[in-house]
Amino acid sequence: MDTAFISEYAPLYIEAAGVTLWLGSLGILLALAVGLFCSFIQYFRIPVLRYIASAYIELSRNTPLLVQLFFLYFGLPKLGISLSSEVCAVVGLSFLGGGYMAEAFRSGFQAVEKGQMEAGLSLGLSSGQIMRYIVFPQALSVSVPALCANVVFLLKETSVFSAVALADLMYVAKDLIGLYYKTEEALFMLVAAYLIILLPVSVLAAALERRLRYAGFGN
Amino acid sequence: MQDLGIRVLFMGNNFLRLLLGLWITIKISLAAAGLSLVFGTFLGMVMTLENSVVRAVSRVYLEFIRIMPQLVLLFLVYFGLTKAFGVNLSGQASAVLVFTLWGTAEMGDLVRGALVSIPRHQYETGTALGLGPLQIYWYVIIPQAVQRLLPLAINLTTRMIKTTSLVVLIGVVEVMKAAQQIIEANRYTVPDAALWIYGAIFFLYFFVCWPISLLAARLERAQ
Amino acid sequence: MDFEEVLLEVRHLHKDYGNGPVLEDVSFQVHKGEVIVIIGPSGCGKSTLLRCINGLEEIVSGGIWLDGEAVGKDKAKWREVRQKVGMVFQNYDLFPHMTVIDNILLGPVKVQKREKKKAEEEAEKLLERVGLLDKKKAYPRQLSGGQKQRVAIVQALIMKPELMLFDEVTAALDPEMVREVLDVMLELAKGGSTMLIVTHEMQFARAVADRIIFLDEGRIAETGLPEAFFDQPKTERACRFLDTFLF
Repeated sequence: MDTAFISEYAPLYIEAAGVTLWLGSLGILLALAVGLFCSFIQYFRIPVLRYIASAYIELSRNTPLLVQLFFLYFGLPKLGISLSSEVCAVVGLSFLGGGYMAEAFRSGFQAVEKGQMEAGLSLGLSSGQIMRYIVFPQALSVSVPALCANVVFLLKETSVFSAVALADLMYVAKDLIGLYYKTEEALFMLVAAYLIILLPVSVLAAALERRLRYAGFGN
Repeated sequence: MQDLGIRVLFMGNNFLRLLLGLWITIKISLAAAGLSLVFGTFLGMVMTLENSVVRAVSRVYLEFIRIMPQLVLLFLVYFGLTKAFGVNLSGQASAVLVFTLWGTAEMGDLVRGALVSIPRHQYETGTALGLGPLQIYWYVIIPQAVQRLLPLAINLTTRMIKTTSLVVLIGVVEVMKAAQQIIEANRYTVPDAALWIYGAIFFLYFFVCWPISLLAARLERAQ
Repeated sequence: MDFEEVLLEVRHLHKDYGNGPVLEDVSFQVHKGEVIVIIGPSGCGKSTLLRCINGLEEIVSGGIWLDGEAVGKDKAKWREVRQKVGMVFQNYDLFPHMTVIDNILLGPVKVQKREKKKAEEEAEKLLERVGLLDKKKAYPRQLSGGQKQRVAIVQALIMKPELMLFDEVTAALDPEMVREVLDVMLELAKGGSTMLIVTHEMQFARAVADRIIFLDEGRIAETGLPEAFFDQPKTERACRFLDTFLF
């Protein structure tokens, strides 16, 4: 392997990793917000909105990110809505992730026993207080593993950003392969970059999950 | 103009071309899903063995495959194999290989999970009844494991179909490629074709994956 | 004992879930300081009755008056009512993600907006009374069933309720833990609390009750002083029910 080539082009990867991380985190944060919002709508069974929310969840979970991005990037401009690559990437990732996050939160809410709400009611707590102090904290602790898995999943999904002309890791790798035919080096750096990004996140997620599963409150 | 736009879908054999493109995607997914089922079941059973070397090797394989974005794996096989070993795989063959490697890892983990989730006393009860180890597997463990596994395996198939959309990025001519060709061909007659074509593909994927997801959800609830 | 002031009045209460009545024409009064034990076979509507009084179930017709004020129709009023009525459930529904002290303080601090420090002092006193001061910082899952129920009682008591409802609080407990919970309730009764208790512990019912209400198939079949009820039940149904507790 050509180490000189690697050290010469490593900065390109670092820059691209920055793009991946920055847009990825933004998309993931938005996905969390969208997912939480949808799961609240479903939990409180808000009329009309709950059907829109479940339609959205099904749509986002049953279509590939690549197709969503193509629609946003190539389709929408025909309606007069032109989004930059970056905006497309973030919107696409949060559209996709919102559905997955909503499902993760929903399973958490489902796991909270009905008796908990009644116990809260009988203390005179309002439904807002019950959500804030009783239901949500418990639901969250159940949801965390699924939420973490989604974070890793969405970070991986960012690899398709290159399809909408974004200079991410895949884009750089493909460029180097095309330009210099340095396939091994380009792929080596690609794998290394993704390992550096994803390994800590997934180790952290696994540790968090273990802690919640085997400890929980009071062990 | 919008009325004009939607017609692009039905002009000539455009819609058929999209469907044929989608069929290629589905064919790749089904081939990979079928192979993953076989190899994954084997991997899952191997992973329950006590042998620490086997466990370590399968663990490393599983973790590496699962942590890498599928697109990276596609690049590794499509570009990397060619260069490193001079093996020249077509895009489709690379895709089937990659998704099988990936599916085997995911399926293996599911199978392992299903096997270890069967409570210990099920084995003991079987033994107490005088069943041999193979009989216990056949009559007691496998039916229960399959029941737990089925919805998860079906979900994996929808994930595979969605992920297969990536193959356009390594040059396989499938639904997205067909779309690009149609849009290009109608560039002047139907300028907003992209909206309708990509919109149509969005819903095509949805109507393929959604029923499968519903089936999986129903099976899961039935347990 | 003489009870003068009526605290709770239930009149012609009717409740059903759509497949036949669960409660039918139930009327009774609870006086301040009185301890009433409701007994009856499973499915007779005992628990439903308590849940109606606390607004966890909607009533179909009839009415409930607390302190002379009608409750039950107006949903906004329930929060006020629930602060005056404490309830302890069968399945010790403590909040598993909070420590014992946080469980107890949730009501006084968040609902009654009391000063946290003072409420905490009071919580400690109550915990000491039920013998659980050392468990202040424990999480519910570190407690036994009996301990959880004693905490649940403190959780309700600290709201200074005018009426306490106990819904089969020992039914899900291991036998050796029943006593510690009943002792706490007995002590409360002696201290003059107004209590409405649903239980299957007949010895305890006899010891604690000022009055027994026997509920059968959604109706009050018999009511009377504990000695009279247990020694000479008037109705055939009550006789047969009490017989099931004898060997």
